[in-house]
Amino acid sequence: MSAGSPSTAAGFEQELTRPWRERAWRQTRGAAPIFAILLSLLVWIAIRNPNFTDPPVFLAFLKRAAPLMILAAGQLFVIISGEFDLSVGALITAVVVAAAGLTEGDPGRTWWVIALLFGLGAVVGLLNGLITTRLRVPSFITTLGMLLVLQGAVLFWSGGAPRGSLPENFRIFGRFGFESVPVIEQLPYSVIILAFVGIVAILLLHRTTFGKQLFAAGGNRRAATLSGVDVPLVRTIGFVLSATSAVIAGILVGGFAGISQDAGAGYEFQAISAVVLGGAALGGGSGAMVAAMAGALSLEALFTLLNLLGLPKPSRDAVQGLIIIGAVAFAAYRLRRT
Amino acid sequence: MISAPPILQMRGITKRFFSVPVLENVDLDATAGEVHAVVGENGAGKSTLMKILAGAHQPDAGSILLDGEEVRFSHPREAQARGVSIIYQEFNLLPERTVAQNIFLGREPMRGPVVDAGAMEEATAMLLTDLGVEHSISPRAPIRELSVAQQQTVEIAKALSFEASILVMDEPTAALSPHEVEALFARVRLLQSRGLAVIYISHRLKEVFDLAGRITVLKDGRTVGTVASDAVRPGELVRMMVGRELDHLFPPRAAPAEIGAVRLRVQGGAGDRLHGIDLDVRAGEIVGIAGLAGAGRTEVARAIFGVEPFTAGVVALDGKPVRIRSPRQAIRAGIGFLTEDRKREGLVLPQSVRDNALLAFRSIGRRQSGGEAASSRRSVVDLARLVELRAASLEQEVRYLSGGNQQKVVLAKWLATRARILIFDEPTRGIDVGAKAGIHELMRELARSGVAVVMISSELPEVIGMSDRILVMRDGTFAGELAAGASEAEIMLLATGEMETVSAA
Ligand SMILES: Nc1ncnc2c1ncn2[C@@H]1O[C@H](COP(=O)(O)OP(=O)(O)OP(=O)(O)O)[C@@H](O)[C@H]1O
Ligand SMILES: [Mg+2]
Repeated sequence: MSAGSPSTAAGFEQELTRPWRERAWRQTRGAAPIFAILLSLLVWIAIRNPNFTDPPVFLAFLKRAAPLMILAAGQLFVIISGEFDLSVGALITAVVVAAAGLTEGDPGRTWWVIALLFGLGAVVGLLNGLITTRLRVPSFITTLGMLLVLQGAVLFWSGGAPRGSLPENFRIFGRFGFESVPVIEQLPYSVIILAFVGIVAILLLHRTTFGKQLFAAGGNRRAATLSGVDVPLVRTIGFVLSATSAVIAGILVGGFAGISQDAGAGYEFQAISAVVLGGAALGGGSGAMVAAMAGALSLEALFTLLNLLGLPKPSRDAVQGLIIIGAVAFAAYRLRRT
Repeated sequence: MISAPPILQMRGITKRFFSVPVLENVDLDATAGEVHAVVGENGAGKSTLMKILAGAHQPDAGSILLDGEEVRFSHPREAQARGVSIIYQEFNLLPERTVAQNIFLGREPMRGPVVDAGAMEEATAMLLTDLGVEHSISPRAPIRELSVAQQQTVEIAKALSFEASILVMDEPTAALSPHEVEALFARVRLLQSRGLAVIYISHRLKEVFDLAGRITVLKDGRTVGTVASDAVRPGELVRMMVGRELDHLFPPRAAPAEIGAVRLRVQGGAGDRLHGIDLDVRAGEIVGIAGLAGAGRTEVARAIFGVEPFTAGVVALDGKPVRIRSPRQAIRAGIGFLTEDRKREGLVLPQSVRDNALLAFRSIGRRQSGGEAASSRRSVVDLARLVELRAASLEQEVRYLSGGNQQKVVLAKWLATRARILIFDEPTRGIDVGAKAGIHELMRELARSGVAVVMISSELPEVIGMSDRILVMRDGTFAGELAAGASEAEIMLLATGEMETVSAA
C-alpha cells in the first residue's frame, strides 16, 4: 500500500486511537459558522453597550434567551426527524393562560398545575406525532392545525381577556434566582433550567440509540425502516419532546413576561429559524444540539442589538424575517455545494 | 496501433479531499472511436477522476486537454458545452418528471415565456429513435415507471443530447440483467462507430475485455499503467489492480454434513405479484435465486422480510409459524435483508460509517450501556476489516465513500446483527474483484457457522459458483430448482420459460 492512502489496516488502527476527538469535530464542524455569527453579534452589542460584559447584565440576557433556547432544543428533535412543529408558540400561550386560570394566584396549586401542564404538553405532542405518522398528514399541516386549535381553545377559555393570575411560587422560575452569588450577584433559575435541559438534550440526541435512530429516520426513512427503526414511534417521541420543551419555555415566559394572549406568538418561527441558523437541514437527517441552541442565542442577541440600534418593533420583525430567509437560503446553497 | 491524435488528455491529475490524497499524478487519454476502460479497486479514484473530467470537481494539480487545447471546467455545464458527458454510478433523474423533462432539465426549449413541450418531446423522440428504443420508452413517461435499464437508456439519451464527443459511463451494468447488458453493449458499439470516445468503468472484467480497446488501471489513486486489451490476460490485469495473484475459485460448497435443519420455510406464499411460493432454506446452506429482472426475486425477499408481507401462505422459522408484518419484526426474529439499492434503501448518507453499520443492531438492541458501546466500537472495526472497507475513518459520512465501499457498509450492517437467516439481494453489486472474492468467502463462512443464506443475483457465474441449490424464478413464482453446478444455459431456459420444470439434474 502506498503511504498516505486511506488503506484499510492502517486507517483503522489509527482510528482506534483518535475516534472521540474526530467524532466531536465532525459533530460540531457544521456548527462553526453559527458560533462565528454569535460571537460577532455579542461583540457588536458589547461595543454599543459596554455594560453588556458585566456578569449580571450578561446573565440577564441569558435569562431572556432561555425560553427560546429550550424551545430550539425541542424543535431540533422534530426537524432532524424530517418534520416541523409549528404549534409550539400557541402551546406556550396555552400554558401561560391555563396556568393563570387554574392556579388563580393560589400558591398551593402551583405544583399540580405544573404537572397538569406537562400532561397537556405530552397530549399535544402525542397528537401531533400520531396524526402526522399514522394518518400521514404532513406535519406542516398537523401542527398548523394544532396551532389554531390551541389558539381557539385559549380564546374560548379566556373569553377574550385571560383570567386569574400566576402565584409567586410559579413565577419564580422565569423571574428570580439564587441571590448574592459572588461575581454574578444573581444566578437565575431559568439559566439553571436551561443548562439542565441543554445537557439532557445533548445526551439524548447525540449519545443514545434513540438519537441515532432519529437521525436515520430523517436522513433516509426507507433505509431506516428497512433497518428495523420504528420510524413513526421515533418521530412521535420527537414531537413529544418538542411539546415538552414548549411547556418548560411557557412556564419561564409566564414568570418573566406575565399573562397575555400572545405570550407565545412568533416563537414557532423563531425556534425553527434558530435551528436552521444552527446548521440543521430542513428535511431532516442532520443537525447538532449545541449549534441549534447557539442559533437561538444568536437570534436573541440579534433582537437585543436591533433594540440597541433603536429600531422600532415592526421593522425589527421585518429585519428578522429577512435575516432568516437569508440564512435558510445560505444553508440550502451550502447543502447543494456538497 | 491507434494513429489518431487523442481527443482527450488528462495529465498529472492530483486531488485531495480534506487533505487526504485521492488521486496522485494520474494520466489518461482517449481517442475518437475508442472504448477506453478504467479499472481498479473500490476507492481507487475512478469516479473521482471522471468527476474531475466532467467539471464536478476541480483538480488540485494537473491539466486536461481537449483536442490538444487546455481546458478548465469550473462547472459541469462547461464540460457539457465542450462535449464531455457523464453517466454517473448513481443516476440523477427526477422520478416524478417525464423522460423529456429530465433530458432537457434546466435548458428547456422555450416559446416565449413558456416551455415548448411539443418541441421538447419531439427532440426527445429523436434522441430515443437514435438509440433504437422509440417503441419501448415514451418521451412522456414519468421516470419512476421505467425499469432501471430504461432509466439508464434515458441517461444515455440525455448525455448524447449535449452532442457529446466524449461519453463517460461509470459502472453502467451494475444494475442490469444479462440481456440488458447485451443491449447496452450494442448501444456502446454504435456510439463508438460514430466516433465517440467512450470511457467505461466496470468491475466486470469480461465486459472490459469485450468492449475496450485499451485499459487503464488505477490503484490507490495512482496510474499503474495503460494496456491494450488484446495484449494482456485477465489474470495479469487483476494483478495490476490488486497487486497480488487472485484465484477466481469460489469457496467450496457445503458438505452434506454441514447442512442442518430447515430454518426458513415458506408454503403457498402469495402477494401482489407473487403466487405459489414454496421455499425451504436450511441452516448451513446457500440458496441462490436466479431469474430475469421483474421475475419477482426481490419481491419474495421483501415479503419474507415483512416489507410487503405475503397476503396468503405460511412462513415458519425453525419450524414455528410466524407472522412477520414489518422489517422490525423480521430483524427481531433473526432475519437480515441486504437490499439491492444501497442509496435509497441501504444507507443513511449523511450519517457516519459507524452509525450506518450499527443502525440495525441498535434499533433492535436493548439500551446502549457504556460497556456495550465500547464493545460495539471494537466490533465495528472488526466488521470493517471483515468486509475490507476503505474509508478515511469510521466517522466519515458514507456519502463520501466510493460506491463499492458504500456497499460494504451495508454488508457490515447486517453482519452486525448476527442474524440467523440472511437474504442478500445483489450482494456484490459494484464491488471490486478482490473484495468480491472476500465477500464470497464471508458468505460461505456465515453458512458454515449455521446461518441460512439466500442469495439473489443477476450474475449467473456468481449464482452458479456460490449456491448449494439454485431456484429460478419466472413470472412471480419458482419455475424450478437446479442442483449446485448447473449451467448458465439450464438457468436461462428456466428463467425464460423455454423449457418446462426440470427436476434436479
Ligand atoms: N467528496 C468526497 N469527500 C471526501 N472523500 C471523497 C469524496 N469523494 C470521494 N472520496 C474518497 O475518494 C476515494 C476514491 O473514491 P472514488 O469514488 O473515486 O472511488 P472509485 O474508484 O470510483 O471506487 P468504486 O469502485 O467503489 O466506485 C475514496 O476513498 C473516497 O472515500
Ligand atoms: Mg466509483
